[in-house]
Amino acid sequence: MTSKLWLSVGVMILLVLATSALLAPVLAPHDPMRQNLAQDLITYSGAHPLGTDKLGRDILSRTIYGGRISLIVGISTVALSLTIGFVIGSLSGFCGGWVDQAVMRLVDILMAFPGILLAIAFTAVLGPGLDHVVLALCLIGWTSYARLVRGEILSLREREFVQAARALGCQPKRIILRHLLPNLLPPLLIQATFGLAAAIVAEGSLSFLGLGVEPPTPSWGSMLNDGRQFLLVAPHLTTYPGLALMVTVLALNLVGDALQDRLNARRY
Amino acid sequence: MTHYLHQRLLLLVPTLFGALTLVFVLIHLIPGDPVEVMLGETATAADKEELRRNLGFDQPLSAQYGSFLIKLAAGDLGRSLYEQASVAEIIRARLPATLQLALSAMIAAILISFPLAVLAAVRRNSWVDRLALLLSLLGLSMPNFWLGPLLMIVFSIQLGWAPVSGRGGLSHLFLPALTLALGMAAIVIRILRASLLQVMHEDYVQTARAKGLSEQRVWLKHTLRNALVSTLTIMSLQFGNLLAGSLITETIFSWPGIGRLTVQAIQTRDYPLVQGCVLVIAISYVLVNFFTDLLYKLVDPRVAYDK
Repeated sequence: MTSKLWLSVGVMILLVLATSALLAPVLAPHDPMRQNLAQDLITYSGAHPLGTDKLGRDILSRTIYGGRISLIVGISTVALSLTIGFVIGSLSGFCGGWVDQAVMRLVDILMAFPGILLAIAFTAVLGPGLDHVVLALCLIGWTSYARLVRGEILSLREREFVQAARALGCQPKRIILRHLLPNLLPPLLIQATFGLAAAIVAEGSLSFLGLGVEPPTPSWGSMLNDGRQFLLVAPHLTTYPGLALMVTVLALNLVGDALQDRLNARRY
Repeated sequence: MTHYLHQRLLLLVPTLFGALTLVFVLIHLIPGDPVEVMLGETATAADKEELRRNLGFDQPLSAQYGSFLIKLAAGDLGRSLYEQASVAEIIRARLPATLQLALSAMIAAILISFPLAVLAAVRRNSWVDRLALLLSLLGLSMPNFWLGPLLMIVFSIQLGWAPVSGRGGLSHLFLPALTLALGMAAIVIRILRASLLQVMHEDYVQTARAKGLSEQRVWLKHTLRNALVSTLTIMSLQFGNLLAGSLITETIFSWPGIGRLTVQAIQTRDYPLVQGCVLVIAISYVLVNFFTDLLYKLVDPRVAYDK
C-alpha cells in the first residue's frame, strides 16, 4: 500500500514537471532570457511571483525553462547509455569467452573512475554545450547498464525457454529481442529511473561549474551558481532552482524505490 | 590472504593503467590546436612553438604516451602554464586540505548514519525507522551544490555559527564537511539498515541468541560485523565520490584543496594542471577501492576472490 502511494506521488510530481517543461513557452510568464536591469533582485512582485535575478530576468520563467534542460539532458543520457549498455551487455553475456572478458575489463576500468570527475574533465576539454554534457555523462553511464544486462543474460540463457528457442533454431538476435528483452525490462526500468535522477544531478553539477549549458540559457545548476554570489541579499535566487531540482530527484527516487519494491528486484 | 592479495594486485595493474591512459587521451581530445586553446589566439607563434615542444606535442602520439608514462613513474606531472611551478608541487601543497575535508566528512557521515541505521533496524516500522528513511531519501535527493549554499544561509548567515568560507580552525571545516557528509550518510543509512535487517534473521544470529549471549554482543559481534561487508563497498565508493565531490564543495566554500584547484585550472585552461589533478583523484579512487577489497577479508574471512 505504501509503495503504491509513493509510486503515485512520484509519478504525479514527474507528470507535472514534464508537462511544465513541455509547455514552457505557454506557462512561463516572461521570456527567460529577457533582461530588465531596472527590476533586478526583486524578491516578489505581481509580475514576478518568484522574483528576479541580478539582470532582472524572471526566476519563475527561468526555473520552468531550466526543467526543460534537465529533462532533455537526463532523458538523452539515459536513452543513449541504455542503448549502448544493452547492446554491449547482450553481446558480452550471450557470446561469453574472450568478448565477455574484454568487455568486462573495460567496464571495470571505466567504473574505477568517479563518473562525475570524468564528465567534468571531458566537458572541460571539449567545452560547454548540451551535446558535450550528454556525451560526457554517457562515457561512464553505459557501464552500469552493460553490467546489469550481462548479469541477467548469464542467468537467463540457461533457462528452459531460452534453451527451447535455441533448439527450435532461433537466431541470437531474435532470442535476445523476443525472449530475453521482456525479462530484462523490469531491472532496466529501475536502473533507468535512478540513472535519470543521477544524470539530472550531474547536469546540474556541470552547469554549476560553468561546464554545462552555455549562458544565457537557463539551467537549474547555472541559476544556483549565479545566485551563490547573492546569498546575503537575495537567497531566493538559489532557493527555487534548488527546490525544483530536489523535488525532481526526490520524485525519481520515490518512483525507483517503489518500482523496486513492486518488481522485487535488487538495486545494488 | 597472500593469494587474495596477489589476485587483487593483478587486477589493480590493468585498472591503474586504464586510468592513466584515459587521462593521457583526455588532453588530446581538445578540439582544434590544443596549444592555441591553452594560450589563446593572441599568443605569438614563438610562444606556441615553445609550449608545443614543452608538452611534447611535436612528437608522435606513441612517443608522447611513452614519455608520459616514464615521467609519471618519476613523479613528474609536468609544469603549470601559469603558476611557475611543477604540477606535482602545486598538488602536494593542496592535497592535505582535501584529505582533511574528505576524512572529516567520512567520520561525520559514520557518526550520523551508523546510530540512525542501527536504531532503524532494531525498531523496524517504528517512527524512528520512518524518520531515518525519510532523512535518507531527502539527503539522497539534495545535490551538494544546493545543500552547501543552504547550510551556509542557515549556519553562517542566520545563526553565525561557522565562517562562510576559507580554511582555518575546526569552525571552517564544519560546513564543507557537513555538506559532503550528509549525502554520504543518506546512502549508508539505507544500505546498513537493509543489511542489518537481512543479517538479523540469519541462522547464526539466532544461534548466538539461543546460546544466551547478551543482546549487545549479538549485535556488535554477529549482526553489525556481518552487515558491514556490503556497507564497506558503498563507503569506499563514496569516499572516492567525496574526492570527486570536493570539486563542488571546495568551490562553494573556497576550501583550498585539489577540488578547487581543478576548477580554477579548468577556468584558466591550465590543462597540464587539470590533467594532474584528475590523475591524482582517479588514482586515489582506485587505491581506496583496492584497500577496501583487502579490508573485506578482515571484516569477513569468508570473502574469497574466486567468489
